Amino acid sequence: MNKPARGSLLSIEHLEDKEILGLLRLARRMNPLKARPLLRNKRVVLLFYEASTRTRSSFEIAAKSLGAITTLVQSSGSSIEKGESLLDTGYTLRAVGADAIVIRHPAAGAPHLMARHLDIPVINAGDGMHEHPSQALLDAFTILKHKKSFQGLQIAIIGDIYHSRVTRSNCHLLTRFGAKITLCGPPEFVPDVAATLAPGLRVARHIEEALRGADVIMLLRLQKERLAGQKIRLQDYIARYQMTAARVKLAKRDAIVMHPGPIIRGLELTAEVADGPQSRIIDEVHNGVPTRMAILARALGKAK
Amino acid sequence: MANDKSKAGSLLIKGGHLIDPAAKINTPMDILLRDGRVAEVALPNKIRGGADEKFEARGLVVAPGFIDLHVHLREPGQGYKETIATGTAAAAAGGFTSVCTMPNTAPVVDTDEWVAWLKHPERGAVVNVFPIAAATVNSRGSALTDFAALQRAGAVAVTDDGKPILDDEIMRAALRLGAELNLPVVQHAEDTRLTENASMNEGLTSFRLGLRGMPAAAEANIVDRDVTLAQEIRESRLHVAHLSTSDALKAVRRGKRARARVTCEVTPHHFTLLDEDIGEYNTNFKMNPPLRAKADREAVLVALADGTVDAIATDHAPHATHEKQVEFERAAFGITGLETALALAITKLHREHKIPLTRIVELFTAGPARVFDLRGRGSLVRGNFADVTIFDPKKRWTFEAAKSRSLSLNTPFDCWQFTGKVVATIVGGRVVYRAG
Repeated sequence: MNKPARGSLLSIEHLEDKEILGLLRLARRMNPLKARPLLRNKRVVLLFYEASTRTRSSFEIAAKSLGAITTLVQSSGSSIEKGESLLDTGYTLRAVGADAIVIRHPAAGAPHLMARHLDIPVINAGDGMHEHPSQALLDAFTILKHKKSFQGLQIAIIGDIYHSRVTRSNCHLLTRFGAKITLCGPPEFVPDVAATLAPGLRVARHIEEALRGADVIMLLRLQKERLAGQKIRLQDYIARYQMTAARVKLAKRDAIVMHPGPIIRGLELTAEVADGPQSRIIDEVHNGVPTRMAILARALGKAK
Repeated sequence: MANDKSKAGSLLIKGGHLIDPAAKINTPMDILLRDGRVAEVALPNKIRGGADEKFEARGLVVAPGFIDLHVHLREPGQGYKETIATGTAAAAAGGFTSVCTMPNTAPVVDTDEWVAWLKHPERGAVVNVFPIAAATVNSRGSALTDFAALQRAGAVAVTDDGKPILDDEIMRAALRLGAELNLPVVQHAEDTRLTENASMNEGLTSFRLGLRGMPAAAEANIVDRDVTLAQEIRESRLHVAHLSTSDALKAVRRGKRARARVTCEVTPHHFTLLDEDIGEYNTNFKMNPPLRAKADREAVLVALADGTVDAIATDHAPHATHEKQVEFERAAFGITGLETALALAITKLHREHKIPLTRIVELFTAGPARVFDLRGRGSLVRGNFADVTIFDPKKRWTFEAAKSRSLSLNTPFDCWQFTGKVVATIVGGRVVYRAG
């Protein structure tokens, strides 16, 4: 087993502070509409074993904006359906000339396995319940557009924490720079052990407690595809945890509302909140492109 | 079996320090082996008469042959992972003179024919093989196998290892029938209703890695129920395989205090490693039961020292590279362990945790011999089988997986530095392994 190639992005947990700050700085300078073709003649393979709208399209647009050639490989319609292993798929993509692989996979650690066996950068676009580093970076990017710094920021993350790779990445990133995070939801979604993930985390069971004084409200979708037999009564969940305009008022007046998407209106949030003045949900999607441009430029050694 | 192949001559082991816990011996002794049996044990230089061969054991510990109650040698059907020939060669290199094989092969060892097949000389075993047969047909957990026929063919116990016997009535029936035949029932204690899709211990590390966890309660619940059944069915013999949690130990202690015939084994990896050692999804740290939290390991260490644990067993579980070099959640459960067991016991239990060498030898010899009632083994008294393990408790060495005799390389201990090494393994009076 080897070390991952330089430029790989596997997790936030093991990414150094200066790398995070460097990526955020680089992302601020990226503009998809007037980008220099830093990645001309580079081939970026988007290897998606799971459904995706935002992450896939924004990685693709990011790569193309920088002049790269992209190819999409999905589990359906490829040899993965015929039983090809993850590593053999990786070797195959390397052999056709991939310079970097962006991978989304339902199994935690799948990008790490690939990175240990390939000599090209591997970028984690979401692995099971583990991490989603590019989402955490674009969330950080979005927050910094509205808040001066992360230091002392009160952040409430509400919903299905257990299944959320976005939350794991966000907790690692934001607490590292001084944010205080309150995780909120029912015990089956927010086990007590969640608070041990990083320093500066706490668990709250009542949404009022989580929202009071919050600068940022992050909402999460209930991940039906990962529930694995867990039974949750949606009406109870909505009554206790749905983000309504009234609940948003419990947070600071200038609080922003975020959600990694896809959102389910009427479930974890009302349409009024999703489309309300404090919502930054569409901004997040928009910011995904420059953030991923920065990630790809760094991966292929073109980050200046 | 190896010692049936050819008649062994006589072998004098001279100058060694004999540790034979069953015979309460811990002193320099010479041992004469003749015709596959122990002919004489005497103080140094007191054995008269010649021997065909001599083994100079100065500075070494001489012990009864080690017995491993729990190995997967993968035959029949999975010879690409391991064969009886390669697996027993690894056992010999690890100092084991007897291994008890698990029946979760392809097909499952659930008939007397398959038990006999495992024991056949054509399998090429270099150490004694004691098959453990399936407790239920095809290990499906619904209908008991023919325990009496399996026992007559040579099975020393029954189990559905790899899976638990979950159904209360089936477990009760297995213990009842076992009681009639004086046959131990070995339980892989896992409440699979709590471990669906899980690939490691439930705790801080599983949450951090985003992996579904197996709670400690999944083991303890089953052990608790089984001990209760074993107390209720007085002559039944329950053996808890690869015990890994503090709460399961509490249940075993309860059974032992009540004088139920309850025994248990612990693996070297559970007394050495923790769940957090998995690192970045290293599949050579994935096994079932999984590596546990620190408190569980501490409880296991206490139980190894205080006598609650009856045996150290490896749960040697070889897998091919393509079954391990996959996503963590998809990787096969299990690691190899035959060649590192003694080294881990000496390095971790003896040197780090100050457990006496006599107790460690007991856990490899008298302890396991008692669990499955292996007559004439586990002690070197005159007339017993001439199975001997000779080791150097002070030798420092580095284990290299690539040099393993096992067909598979799935060990978490590659390149580990150890103290304590097997020097020679003698089965039925014949040297089957000698350190190079």
